[in-house]
Amino acid sequence: MALLSKKDTNLITDPLADNNPITIQVLGICSALAITAELKASLVMAVSVMFVLGAGNVVISLMRNIIPSKIRIIVQLIVVATLVIIVDQVLKAYQYELSKTLAVFVGLIITNCIIMGRFEAFALANGPWRSFLDGIGNSLGYGIILVIVGFFRELLGSGTLFGYPVLGDPITKTGLYATGYENNGFMIIPPAALIVVGIIIWVQRSRNPALVEEN
Amino acid sequence: MSLKSKLHELKLKYQGKKMAPAFNAFHTFLFSPDETTHAGGTHVKAADDLKRTMNTVIMALIPVLLFSMFNAGYQHYSAINGFPADFSVMNDFLTWDNFWIGIIKVLPLVVVSYGVGLLVEFIFAVIKGHEVEEGYLVTGMLVPLIVPVDTPLWMLAVAVVFGVVIGKEVFGGTGMNILNPALTIRAFLFFAYPTWMSGDKVWVYGARERSEEILAGANVDAISGETILGYLAQNKGAEMTYSVSDMFFGFIPGSVGETSAFLILLGGLFLIYTKIASWRIMVSAVIGSLVMGLIFNQIVDFGWVSESSKFYGLMSFDFWKHLIVGGLAFGIVYMATDPVTGSQTNKGKWFYGFFIGFISVMIRVFNPAYPEGVFLAILLMNVFAPTIDHYVIRGNIKNRMKRLKNATIYPKDSDGKAEELKAETV
Repeated sequence: MALLSKKDTNLITDPLADNNPITIQVLGICSALAITAELKASLVMAVSVMFVLGAGNVVISLMRNIIPSKIRIIVQLIVVATLVIIVDQVLKAYQYELSKTLAVFVGLIITNCIIMGRFEAFALANGPWRSFLDGIGNSLGYGIILVIVGFFRELLGSGTLFGYPVLGDPITKTGLYATGYENNGFMIIPPAALIVVGIIIWVQRSRNPALVEEN
Repeated sequence: MSLKSKLHELKLKYQGKKMAPAFNAFHTFLFSPDETTHAGGTHVKAADDLKRTMNTVIMALIPVLLFSMFNAGYQHYSAINGFPADFSVMNDFLTWDNFWIGIIKVLPLVVVSYGVGLLVEFIFAVIKGHEVEEGYLVTGMLVPLIVPVDTPLWMLAVAVVFGVVIGKEVFGGTGMNILNPALTIRAFLFFAYPTWMSGDKVWVYGARERSEEILAGANVDAISGETILGYLAQNKGAEMTYSVSDMFFGFIPGSVGETSAFLILLGGLFLIYTKIASWRIMVSAVIGSLVMGLIFNQIVDFGWVSESSKFYGLMSFDFWKHLIVGGLAFGIVYMATDPVTGSQTNKGKWFYGFFIGFISVMIRVFNPAYPEGVFLAILLMNVFAPTIDHYVIRGNIKNRMKRLKNATIYPKDSDGKAEELKAETV
């Protein structure tokens, strides 16, 4: 007996590729554009969303039979807000510099469409264990795109990874910079993320034509 | 056997093979295809296919390119030795020394632009199995003319790949793009490598090297390669030594091919004469920039802007001079008139062109950090062009509906048939 049944495994693996929240459902784009200039920020954002979505899905799933449907959005908001404030406070306490980089975007996890989307579409109709897996799966799918985008933007834009200069020093011209290479300032600004995400979507759909929408 | 028939034989041999598009691209460049239209049915035949159209634009660009090669050298030597006291075109400008600088600095830009851009086009054509599209012929010539002369070649190559793939191929190739690919390349360069695209060190060959030598401690004079707009943006218009005829004929620093308003004007007239480019867009863009320039001049005349204001230099610049400095003339003639990304309707072209001129001058004045807004203005209007067309067409439909509603339809009675019919039926 495997740890997870096949159906449950799919809850985690589907959002990683063929039902990815960012590249297929095109949700959560705002934060993907805003905070992916550095790999570290992307990773922290991904972990924060994983916590909020995993815990939030469980909470909503447990309450699903007692929430009056007319006020369910408000209840969902309160749950997300509570979890987000916890994340925010933890970040401020242990990673103050990073929380300044992420600034308002941790707070804006509340409005991240993926979270409300999973609450509405999954947690309200499924048990806590499956909701938890769904939350982890979707936040992993979100996080993996964030990390890919963050990797390319930080490498090409700043020449660093996790703040560590992998391409040499641009000021004293060592490493790759000695050959005349320069950092690409375009990758630092948010529109670059749109293009990187667009290229990921392009590659993904040309590898799997079943994903291409009819229009 | 002639070359033509040999090529046709080769074409049959390659038909259906993977490399067929690549071969056909070169083939149709030399000769028109030997296939004839089928008998029966209606066919429109025109000699000016896409390749011939593109070639016409390139012909209009050749004088600009040649001038820019001389100018690259002229600016370089003038910056080192000082401007010649009594300037004569033959002795000081059209010299072999100047042209040599053009060959080593400008020609590589052209080669890289065409080489990389066409390589991307060929790869896409072979992968997707369609014919190589001609769209890059003009773009490839425009790109080296709108970048600073000192642009490193690898940057240009990266930008060209970006511009052709993201600006054009993802939308479906030539004719489907929303933004002008040449300007997409320029915009990419500007945002990616701003230190190479603006400032006072990039417009003249050698200025950057000199400044690096001075930093390293060499005892040489710095070269100033500030553009006219650069001077004005810093309120240093008085230090400028360029006369109006310098500006008009193009003996000034700037992007490679943008300086000579005179040759651009000739190119524009040629394009209008051959009906390749729209005169409506050119005229309305000129009007637009003059209007905006006049508004700023009036603001200065009213005394609403003090001389210490950072906008004063550009606001007080004579409104008509905006057309002969910077890239405005080049943008209006060769970029704004791109038939793919511009407005298609005649009325729409007037709006489209007007706002290009209007916004260009506005950006120039209000963005002193980078006093050249032409490429941003054209890209912006590229985005709005379909919307403009939409409303023009809607307006036309509305007018015609109104006409239909109010129309009185008289019976045709010229030949008396109507009367006859009437008599029969009664």
